[in-house]
Amino acid sequence: MDAQLKRGLLDICVLAAIKDEDSYGYKIIKDLKPYAELSESTLYTILKRLEAAEMLTVRTAEHDGRLRKYYHITPGGIARIEEFREEWEEVMKIYRFVIKEEADL
Amino acid sequence: MSKAEFLEDLRRSLAGLPQGEIAERLSFYEEMIDDRIEEGLSEEEAIAAVGPVNTIVLQAIDDTPITTLVKEKIRPKRRMKTWEIVLLVLGFPVWFPILVSAAAVLFSLYVTLWSLIIACWAVFAGFIACSVAGIVIGIYQCSLTNISQGLAFIAAGLFLFGMSIYGFFICRAATRGLARLSVKLGRGIKRLFIKKEEA
Repeated sequence: MDAQLKRGLLDICVLAAIKDEDSYGYKIIKDLKPYAELSESTLYTILKRLEAAEMLTVRTAEHDGRLRKYYHITPGGIARIEEFREEWEEVMKIYRFVIKEEADL
Repeated sequence: MSKAEFLEDLRRSLAGLPQGEIAERLSFYEEMIDDRIEEGLSEEEAIAAVGPVNTIVLQAIDDTPITTLVKEKIRPKRRMKTWEIVLLVLGFPVWFPILVSAAAVLFSLYVTLWSLIIACWAVFAGFIACSVAGIVIGIYQCSLTNISQGLAFIAAGLFLFGMSIYGFFICRAATRGLARLSVKLGRGIKRLFIKKEEA
């Protein structure tokens, strides 16, 4: 897959993984595993980028005697997912058109 | 390798990044290892899953802008002594021009490389222009009943057009190659700033 496209998609995947409830690093990786292979160092970069873009916030909480960082989606992050959905509805329309053309051949 | 050893290795490999960022990355990977151990993996397995130190360092290099690395490098690690400041100020007429010219040399090398590419494309444009002109003049000559001369012009035009098709692929390959080289060069320069600390 095109690197630029993949990068954008992984951003959305991470936002989707924290959309319903706050999550932490390892859980995000596990939740995404069936859909996208994500390495720790890539996840770190994505989380940093999304935090800088104010699409998520970070809080540190104690878990089992150690600290763990939890990521919380912001209204900006939710808006980004919605934007993605609208963009891809258009892409899917084109996709169906292309597939139909191929079927006709 | 134990978790402590892994984190120490990582800390030393990231030397050159700002202190705060090193600490943040370390706590991120520590949490990742702890979460895996909690799930039942052994310490060794958890460390292996988080990936080799080298991969993490490469990602950190890509993430960090060169300006941050330079700033971190020139930030004094301790308070400078009075005589060092005096020497720095007195030496300004010497070290400043050297610094500027070194930067200028690097910049001109880069510009030279790209002007080669521009020259390639200019040759390509020249070939295209000549081939079109050759064919047009050839047709014109034919209409003036200089058939043999006209055909020669058209042949030359077609030949140049064929050559420029090859030229296009050569130019494109050269441009792509240089773009890749620039990325590698950028990484290489950043690499100079993130050096592994000796144990």
